[in-house]
Parts: sequence; C-alpha cells; structure tokens
Amino acid sequence: MVSITLRVNGTVHQMDVEPRWLLADVLREHLKLTGTHLGCEQGVCGACTVLLNGQPARSCLTLAVTADGADITTVEGLAQNGQLHPIQDAFWQEHALQCGFCTPGFLMTAVHFLQDNPDPTRAEIKEALSGNLCRCTGYQHIVNAVERAAKNLREKSGEKESIQTSTVEG
Amino acid sequence: MKPPAFSYYRPESVAQALHLLSTVEGAKILAGGQSLIPMMNMRLARPDALVDINHLTELTSIQDVGDALEIGALVRHDELLRSPLVRRHAPLVAQAERLIGHPAIRSRGTIGGSLAHADPAAELPVLAVLGDWELIVSSQTQTRTISAGDFFLSYFVTTLAPEEMLLRIRLPKVSTYGHIAEYAIQAGDFALTIAATSVDVGPSGVVRECRIALGGVTDVPWRDKTIERQAIGQVAQDSLWKDISHTVAEAIDPIDDLHATSAYRRQLAEALLREALHRAAQPKPA
Repeated sequence: MVSITLRVNGTVHQMDVEPRWLLADVLREHLKLTGTHLGCEQGVCGACTVLLNGQPARSCLTLAVTADGADITTVEGLAQNGQLHPIQDAFWQEHALQCGFCTPGFLMTAVHFLQDNPDPTRAEIKEALSGNLCRCTGYQHIVNAVERAAKNLREKSGEKESIQTSTVEG
Repeated sequence: MKPPAFSYYRPESVAQALHLLSTVEGAKILAGGQSLIPMMNMRLARPDALVDINHLTELTSIQDVGDALEIGALVRHDELLRSPLVRRHAPLVAQAERLIGHPAIRSRGTIGGSLAHADPAAELPVLAVLGDWELIVSSQTQTRTISAGDFFLSYFVTTLAPEEMLLRIRLPKVSTYGHIAEYAIQAGDFALTIAATSVDVGPSGVVRECRIALGGVTDVPWRDKTIERQAIGQVAQDSLWKDISHTVAEAIDPIDDLHATSAYRRQLAEALLREALHRAAQPKPA
C-alpha cells in the first residue's frame, strides 16, 4: 500500500491505496463518490471524466498513486448550496439526459470546455464532446444544453460570478 | 477490467529513474498512461513494475535552442497544442495535436509516450519521421541521439533498450509549410491513414523541397526520399501533386486489418496525400 493525499471537491483525503487501483475506483469505492461512472474502462466512453488539477482526465486511465497530491473535481463538486451548476441546470432544461449514465462525464467535459471557450460555435461544442459517448438521449439535446449553458454562464459572468469560483473552489 | 498487480516506483529525478530501469526486473515507464493503462486494464500488458515519471519536472520544458526546439519527454499533448513556441517553429505539430484523442486524453498523454509507444497510426511518430526529429535517449551508462527515421522498428517496437529512457526530443525549426490530413472513423480515434507533408515553393513557383510521410499504412511511419526528390524543380501545381500521390500509392503495400482493407487504405493514402500536398503548397497569407 502507498499513502497518498487527494483533494477532492475541496476536501483533503489521506489514504492508503494499492498501486493498481484506478482513480475512478478510489473515488467510487473509498470515497463513495459514485457519481463518477465507469463505462468502458479503456478510455473510450468518457463516462469517468473528472477534472484533475483543473484539466479533464479519464479517471479509468489514471492510477490513484499517480494522482497523489492532485486537486480533483467530480460531478458531486458541481452543485453548490443545493443549487445546480449552470451546466447541470442547462442539461435539465434541455432534456440532455435520459438514463443519466454518461451525464457526469459530459458535465465535467463541458465544465472545462466552457472555461476554455466561453462562446463556442455548435461545431466546436460537438468536437469538444466527441470523446463522450451517449447511448440513449441523443447528442442533439446534449449539444443544445451546452449551448444554453454557455449563454447562461456568459450572462452570469456579467454579474461578476465566474464559472471558476462556482466549480473549482469549495 | 482492472490492472494486474505490479510494484510501483516513483523516482524524484531522471538519474533515479534510470537507476530503477537498470536494476528492477521487468520495469516499464509510466508517463501519461493513455496507452499503457488501457492495455493493462485489458491485461494485454502485465508489467512487473512501473516507474512513474509523472513527477520528473526536468522533462517538462519546451526550449528554444537556436535552430531547434527541445521538448521534454513528459510534455503533454495539450501543452504542445497551446505552446507559442510550437505554433511558431513547429506549426504542423500544433495542427496535428487537434487530431490526437480528446481533451481528456491530451491533458494526460505525452510526446515521449506517444513516440516510445510507436503506434504506426499515431500522428506524432509520422511527424517525427517527416521532420527528421532527433530523440535523445539515456541509460545509466550512456546517452545517444537517434534520428526518428531509425527509431521505429515495427508495430510498437523501437530501438529503445529496456534500461533506456527517452528524455528529450529535438525538433528542427521549420520555415516550410506543411499539412496533415487523416481519416478516422470517429473524431479522436486513431486514424486509418495519415498523410503529412511539408513543401517549400520558391518565388518562381518551383518546388525546392518536398517531404511526405504516411501513417497507418505499414508497421512504421512510411517515408520515401526518392519519390520526394521527383518533385524538386517541378512547378508546384495540382497535376504534380496528383502524380506524386499516385506514385506513392503504387509504392506502398498497406496493411489489411478489421478496420480497413489494404486496397481501401491505398485509396485513402492517395486522396489524403493529394490534399496534404495541395494544402501545403498553397500560398499563405503573410
């Protein structure tokens, strides 16, 4: 066992892990943060996407030992004080989820994408989401949701509340 | 699908990493893990030990060394995509990076990992051969510089010895224009075929230099300097690119697998190459 420290959604956890444990499994099995889903476990479906030091990463392709010292945001870190994150809200408004299995990965991918590109074209949204697979909702609604979220976030940032503080902090 | 057990080492320096590689039986380097970890999850790879180099900050810089860029093996795809130095002096790398995986892959995968993994359908090995990159490789006892053209031996096989590690990659600065064209079944997937070119057209419209490299057609990135030389001194026009592309398509013997037949890859190579030559030879806005 190796002792590691992870800061997950603002809370610091120290734990002993086996080197072979994937970050996804440590999040799910040890921290009971089961919002991060495991689909393919080979980096194709994107369901396990989390933010690792602010960058999207496949938690099924990252060993927990490698993430030692990292700051991680999972889907559980998005809503604040019982309020959905604007991107979650847009998914709800646009019916961008049906079974919901792929949703956490789409949300985390979109959070990073919109930080990077607050005013994307539809084609850019599609490219940004191309590493996430959905088997039931259909991508149109998901693209619509990200488009709506971008608009809402731009309006919100006009109100001096940046996406940065609402997702990565706390 | 979980990785099998292995012993884990996290060196604090390159010297320590090289020591581990020469003393620990069956040790493999773990960099970004975007190829190795899926292979371990699927139990296609079962290394006895992993040497995790993710904390070696010595290998994370992009430096301007005069006539070349020197890039640390641990520089991640996303950094290559964003680096002003790369955009300026190796613009084809910046262009290619958009085609490599997805943001969540590019944030972890590294240039050194991509080259050392040596997937013949990956973009960076093709650009390495096209651009005559030099790979600086060390073991505990020696450092050697390998030209990319000599580095790749076969599918996933390079001249790296088990105790050696790729430390830095030297990319000669380019002043020519280039283009990379590829076809993948889905955005971000490995391409079925890649065509990368660089073309230098003189003021009179005559080709002064022409380079061609293909990926996904053979077990290593494909390049043939004899065919490239046929373009030199000729007028840069679409009929020339058509002829060259046809000559290349006749010269290659593409692989046949469950993703595409050999004949289909040959057609793809011809069409993609024509596009890549045409685009590389276009006059660019100043």
